[in-house]
Amino acid sequence: MIEFLQMVLSGIAVGSSYALMGLGMVLIYKASEVPNFVQGEMALLPVFIAYMLLSSYGLPYYIAFPVTLIFAFFLGGILEFAVLRRAKEPNVLGLIIITIGMEMLLLGFVSWKFGADQRAMPFPISSYDSIIIGDIFISTLDMLTLVVALFIMLILFLFFRFSKIGVAMKATQQNENAAALMGIKTNQIRMITWGISAAVGSVAGLLIAPVLMEPYMMWDPMLKGFAGAVVGGMTSLPGAVFGAYIVGVVEHLFGGYVSIEFKSVVAFVVIVLVLCFKPSGLFARHYVKKV
Amino acid sequence: MDMKRDYYEDVQFFTSGAITFWLSTLVIGLTLFPFVAKNYYVYVANYMAINVIVVIGLNLLVGYTGQISMGHAGFFAIGAYGTVALMTHAHFPFLLALPVAGLIAAGFGFLLGLPALRLEGPYLAIATLGFGITITQIIGKIKILGERQGLHAPELTIGPWHLNTDRDFYFLLIPITIFLAVLARNLVHTKVGRAFIAIRDADIAAETMGVNLTFYKTLAFAVSAFYAGVGGGLYAFVLRFIEPELFSLFMSVMFLTMAVVGGLGSMMGPIAGASLLALLDLQLRNILGIPYIGEWLEALSRNYFSITGVSNIQMIVFGSILIAIMLFEPLGIYGIWIRTKKYWKMWPY
Repeated sequence: MIEFLQMVLSGIAVGSSYALMGLGMVLIYKASEVPNFVQGEMALLPVFIAYMLLSSYGLPYYIAFPVTLIFAFFLGGILEFAVLRRAKEPNVLGLIIITIGMEMLLLGFVSWKFGADQRAMPFPISSYDSIIIGDIFISTLDMLTLVVALFIMLILFLFFRFSKIGVAMKATQQNENAAALMGIKTNQIRMITWGISAAVGSVAGLLIAPVLMEPYMMWDPMLKGFAGAVVGGMTSLPGAVFGAYIVGVVEHLFGGYVSIEFKSVVAFVVIVLVLCFKPSGLFARHYVKKV
Repeated sequence: MDMKRDYYEDVQFFTSGAITFWLSTLVIGLTLFPFVAKNYYVYVANYMAINVIVVIGLNLLVGYTGQISMGHAGFFAIGAYGTVALMTHAHFPFLLALPVAGLIAAGFGFLLGLPALRLEGPYLAIATLGFGITITQIIGKIKILGERQGLHAPELTIGPWHLNTDRDFYFLLIPITIFLAVLARNLVHTKVGRAFIAIRDADIAAETMGVNLTFYKTLAFAVSAFYAGVGGGLYAFVLRFIEPELFSLFMSVMFLTMAVVGGLGSMMGPIAGASLLALLDLQLRNILGIPYIGEWLEALSRNYFSITGVSNIQMIVFGSILIAIMLFEPLGIYGIWIRTKKYWKMWPY
């Protein structure tokens, strides 16, 4: 039983970083209707910027991290403004290809600049410390990830519920033409959405970096976050969070009880199974095409 | 411009004298090529031909049927491992092992096509992507497939003919490539191909016209997987050594890139895209060896970037090409060709 709880808790902790990536993807999917393959790299570049600020320029954490998040915000906005918006008559495949192109571009630059060697991100909390609750261990970093993820979800919830920009975003996602007629600058709103998504992803990146820091570090969380978002239905923010936690927990339980070797692929088997029965995910209303 | 007046004109292979001339020039050029080129360039040509085979198959699925696949490296891996395993463990001759491995890949394509019937857009993308990743992980754990260490391709013998060099293999590979390309081209002009196109343009309309969606969508996946499988089987003998890490997500993305850069939904486009990008891929691997640019890049890397990561310039180049193509010419190389042709036909108007 203890073992089971331990695995579930670790799964939830890992699921938190997936959830942040998934949230970013869903935000962008709702705004631009594209599965955003550049999500991981929109977090990767800021993480390496943070690394440079901390190790080369010696800035303290409380300056470096906010600067990083602001940078991420502008990076997301610029990608939308300069690249995605310029697409001519885009279809889904075309948009996917554009995000893959941006992903290769950013990943190429980061790995050209920093090489392929492992680095260690300086971080206020050591990744070896852990907290003991009853008989269950959880590393302090995982605990922090969990808390930060919940905190960001709360902020996003409040943002969409009470702030003017948040409501404008929801309006744009529901009906772009009507929103534009109501005086909402939909292009600007979409840019801000990309910015927020990049910032949310960067938080996940910053929390992963102390454990693993190399140019390909965001691939796995991005794919798992995508998987979680698809399980949850791609258009639902709570669904993405829930799906990401499912992916994290299932992954850990499978790794613990069945086979540690196939741990990293079980997420994809889960999504194929879920999609067989619910083609639009668990939480989204099934989209029926009007003829 | 190119008005088709009846059915036979549509299915005709040599539509004009110019096309007959250029196609025969191409065939003669391909035949003479290994006699004049250096060994390395024959290897390059083999590599290009493999990519052409896979991308033609992928184009049948993505360009003609309108489905997305981000897992073609999975089928490619099945074909490669299937061929080698059938030859070493079951002692099949190569010419039997290759189509059988292709059919195994097609079987997996059929299986993947079943959930794909109900999926579209991002859901299909993640499902196929997951398939590609899962397959390579599973192959990496199977004992007779060499696990993580990979497999060596066996000696290749067809009847009395020993294919030891790239040059020998070229003469096997190029006819297969041409055969498969012509097959795909003819398939598109049959009932099956028109069903594919109808599904791409409007699947509901196609269904009401009597196109069996279940059959044709799974068929598209199976045919496409067959091409990828055959390509994989041949690839094993170009490299002579295969390991699971080769068949990564990056490879699936590269196949998709080639199809898109060439131009989806055309026959010559993917061939051009696959050849060009495969060539670029090989050339960029030793980017520092390129005169002038290489030296400049080396200095740049030493001063501002890192010299260990210099191979990643490849990614930057591919990423830029992808973005540029999608932003300026969504129809790819084929679109550029059509525009140029139209311009000169209408010139000076």
